[in-house]
Amino acid sequence: MSEIVDSKIITCIGCPKGCQVKVSKFKNGNIEAEGYSCKHGKEYAIQEYIDPRRILTTTIIVKNGILPLIPVRSNQPLPKNKLFECMKEIANIKVPAPIKMGDVLIKNILGLNVDIIASRDLESKIN
Amino acid sequence: MKTYITDIAIIGGGPAGLAAAISAYENGVNVLLIERDFELGGILPQCIHNGFGLGIFDEELTGPEFAQRYINKVMEYKIPIMLNTMVLEIRPNKNILAVNKNEGAILVKPKAIILAMGCRERTRGNIRIPGTRPAGIYTAGLAQRLVNIEGLMPGKKFVILGSGDIGMIMARRLTLEGAEVKAVIEILPYTSGLIRNKVQCLDDFGIPLLLQHTIIEIKGKDRVESVVVSKVDENWEPIKGSEKSFECDTLLLSVGLIPENELSKTAGVELDPKTRGPIINNYFQTNVEGIFACGNVLHVNDLVDNVASEGTLTGEIAAKFIKKIIKIDKNFVQLLCGRNIGYVLPQKVNKTAFKNSVRFYMRVKKPENNVYINFKVNDKLIYKKFERFARPSEMLIIDLPKQDILIDNNILIEVIPKEKKSEN
Repeated sequence: MSEIVDSKIITCIGCPKGCQVKVSKFKNGNIEAEGYSCKHGKEYAIQEYIDPRRILTTTIIVKNGILPLIPVRSNQPLPKNKLFECMKEIANIKVPAPIKMGDVLIKNILGLNVDIIASRDLESKIN
Repeated sequence: MKTYITDIAIIGGGPAGLAAAISAYENGVNVLLIERDFELGGILPQCIHNGFGLGIFDEELTGPEFAQRYINKVMEYKIPIMLNTMVLEIRPNKNILAVNKNEGAILVKPKAIILAMGCRERTRGNIRIPGTRPAGIYTAGLAQRLVNIEGLMPGKKFVILGSGDIGMIMARRLTLEGAEVKAVIEILPYTSGLIRNKVQCLDDFGIPLLLQHTIIEIKGKDRVESVVVSKVDENWEPIKGSEKSFECDTLLLSVGLIPENELSKTAGVELDPKTRGPIINNYFQTNVEGIFACGNVLHVNDLVDNVASEGTLTGEIAAKFIKKIIKIDKNFVQLLCGRNIGYVLPQKVNKTAFKNSVRFYMRVKKPENNVYINFKVNDKLIYKKFERFARPSEMLIIDLPKQDILIDNNILIEVIPKEKKSEN
């Protein structure tokens, strides 16, 4: 058996049990999990170890809308370590109303192949 | 006074009211949806995080997206809506007195009412934290509204009291917006929100969670300057010598929600001291004939999917009640809370159940693993369900088959740890 070069305890978020899954990386490059109680736990923990990703939800400033902000989300999970960079990018943008749910407000943010889309409809202000 | 006549008036345009309106309409009655805000959706428009809708749509949506799907349906059906309209009183004869800017006082005369007013946050007053009364103390939901709807940051350095879901979600949100969240303080030995929120909102950002701690003093003259945090013993009493001070300019309180039932009381609706919501039977009907209730006005849910599915069911029942498709028998047996059951809904069940099974919603008082939820009548077990995890933060839903409740005596529900197998 190959030597363990790194290991990490990951709390599974698949169900209320919250299994503490130990993920280990071996010298030969294999990655294995232990301590999970189902296949979802195993998959989650290994994905989380290799490349942790999160859906980003935030708001973008709206011009001429009935509300000053539009809630948005990333259409796919993006790398966890890029969350703050994305927040900075989003903070520099203003979008005009009207907006429809699902409208792409930022295409391919930071070249991550992830779009930032609107979470709701937002009408323009009647002047 | 302008008078409106309708079959069903629904009070509150959040997820419960929206779902009830759609379902009542689909069951062929006229509906009027009354909402005090300028738009529909209730609390969902400010819940911009994801995690909604897994139960109903089988996908992860944000709060606004979840609301939008229901709002679009209401629009498609052209269900009459009154926005910016505040209900002042529901009379026991089911007449509703409301006001709005355009019409002044109005009277709505429905055949049935669905209460869907949701809940409100507990405040500093509810939990009695000593100290000065400076600016900078917000409930977590209010801070969420300021940040997500109005575009205002309530502070720079935060301490959050209470590890409920809104508190943890706000810890992440404020951190992403550039604020510093010093700690989340929880009096219980476990988080009061969902584990996934602890992982994704606190652990991801290195925000400390102090369990078995509470705030014993708020300091600051004009603005919050610091809070004093102390460890507590098992009786929640602060332990002398364990105090630490956290410098902060803002304190958020995420210390629970209370069903909003001032209107229910004016209608003569009886409330359950355990849920603080109406006492209902398995038709979601209160003690007042023709007044139904669903969603967080009834009991505080952890998932919007449950709120909406209660709304859907209540809308259908109320419509069928008006059309006299279902008759609601007046004889009920009571549900009694036994060992480690915090509350159970409905509190009363009928012998002639509406569907093939009756759905019970309940919460345990304290966390336990590997337990049976037992339903007993006259000390005789009529139904049991195994649960690997029973936690106060996660509502248990149990469908009791209809034949099991064809009985004449009260039903006791209790949580009993699974006996360990004897070792041979």
